[in-house]
Amino acid sequence: MPANRFNAFTDYGVGIGLRVPHYDHILCRKPVVDWFEIISENYMIDGGRPLRMLDAILDQYRVVQHGVSMYFGNAQPLNRDHLRRLKELTKRTKTPWLSDHLCWGSVDGRYTHDLLPLPYTFEAVRNTAQRIREVQDFIEIPIAVENVSSYAEFHESEMTEWEFLNEVVEAADCGILLDVNNIYVSSQNHGFDPMEYVNSVPAERVAQMHIAGHSKFERYTLDTHDHPVLDPVWKLYERAIERCGPTATLLEWDDNIPSFDEVHAEALKAMRFLEPARALELDEVMA
Amino acid sequence: MSLLELQRRMAEDVRRPLAAGFAMQTVTEDGTLMEERAASYITPNPQLSSFERLEIYNRQYWFRVIGAVSEDFPAVNAVLGERRFDALVLAYLKEHASISWTLRDLGAKLPEFLEEHPELAGRRYRLAVDVARLEWAYVDAFDGERLEPLSLAELAGIGPESRFELQPHLRLLELSYPVEDLVLAVRRGTPETEMSSSASQERSGPAELRLPAMRRRTVYLAVHRYDDQVYYRRIGPEAFRLLGALQEGRTLAESLTAAFVGKTVSAGRQAQVVQECLAHASQLGWLCAPRVEERPA
Repeated sequence: MPANRFNAFTDYGVGIGLRVPHYDHILCRKPVVDWFEIISENYMIDGGRPLRMLDAILDQYRVVQHGVSMYFGNAQPLNRDHLRRLKELTKRTKTPWLSDHLCWGSVDGRYTHDLLPLPYTFEAVRNTAQRIREVQDFIEIPIAVENVSSYAEFHESEMTEWEFLNEVVEAADCGILLDVNNIYVSSQNHGFDPMEYVNSVPAERVAQMHIAGHSKFERYTLDTHDHPVLDPVWKLYERAIERCGPTATLLEWDDNIPSFDEVHAEALKAMRFLEPARALELDEVMA
Repeated sequence: MSLLELQRRMAEDVRRPLAAGFAMQTVTEDGTLMEERAASYITPNPQLSSFERLEIYNRQYWFRVIGAVSEDFPAVNAVLGERRFDALVLAYLKEHASISWTLRDLGAKLPEFLEEHPELAGRRYRLAVDVARLEWAYVDAFDGERLEPLSLAELAGIGPESRFELQPHLRLLELSYPVEDLVLAVRRGTPETEMSSSASQERSGPAELRLPAMRRRTVYLAVHRYDDQVYYRRIGPEAFRLLGALQEGRTLAESLTAAFVGKTVSAGRQAQVVQECLAHASQLGWLCAPRVEERPA
């Protein structure tokens, strides 16, 4: 099940985000890593060291692109310059699938550079699905949309977040990048049962998963990507793997970044859940 | 409320400048209470009011954009001091909201803005403008486009009517202070960071630095990239004018005239300056063939 048309029938294991402080370690020590996820926008540039580093990584590792500014949920037309540059980069990386967030972030040509939550309405479903289809048609690579963590909800909403996600991916016929940390953060901020969310996701559409750390404040929880993964998130991950099978998994660590070995070791904890799922899948095939 | 109306309303609220103490303003420009405005589209929960939920995004927006601009101008920060620098960045961002999908471009107009607002810089105004110009030139040189330079055979064929395209990442600067040592000193103490991630951001202050003393003196710099490293190269005034004219697309002959206009320089000295300038430019790969514009068929 995890190798599906939304991740181009690949079987990637545990990856980590490619970050500047780790460049030297990766290129000198050549650690064994299943794959790296890059933030597309960091490499959608005209030249220089970032692209040279990326090429050196591409020589030895598999890379998957993850974006932060497609804003599938924007109410206005797509930015063609962004799309053109993104497509150019996909030719360089040969990413088997491409992910970005189920959110909005700009209006009238002004950018917030944030992943803002959408109202869960049928209008937003139609608009977002249409835009995802346009991107998919232009880029010609499977798209997976990631659920975001959020701190606000809208009066306009007509359904739950997971119902909205399901409606969008069905209408767009796209994949899901299931971020179990984001589900947990949002569940704390909005008072829903995160397990209900995980149990409601169409497992056959999950192309990839994200795990990460977060920060708990007195009255809300913030998605900070600056900690190891916490137990409640591992529980959600365990359940998600149980439902979806051994899916490509990525640890996000973007702030207070520790050594490469520490980040990689944290990511590899996911193997506790992936290995039994792989064994189970093998048993089923053999039977 | 339509999706577009909601996004317009929320974007306006998220981008509204913060009040003292990094708090969301309580009243909008037209006198509307923010509490009422937030409640009109955001639901409260048992822990947070609509206002407080919106405030999280309002704060995140400002932390993110201030952080992005600050990362590109650590030496301006060091010259002005944190308080003045924060005021400058805030004033700049109020006038220059991001119009690009990438945060990389957010600080592009800061040097110009600072030049137009001496009141924001205090007594180190001219120095700060020079530092800002050099720091933005660094950004452009760091990841600007690189064209294939002219080969030795192509260089051998150039004549008075030749035109060149200079490397797109090359920036030529005329500065009132020799600020490159200052900028380098600050950059050595500033870790390289990424432009974007999806994580929420917290602000962190700059490290304490002792800056080299500066005496006012006009200098000309070529900021360029070689083997993926950015360099600041001192050039003479004639070379600055010559390269500037070539960059504008003028012929070699026209550029030579521009280099020495109004100057009484012997023919021998002129030849020496031009030879040295072009030799350096070709060694560093700055001279490229002009691009042919694509025309629709």
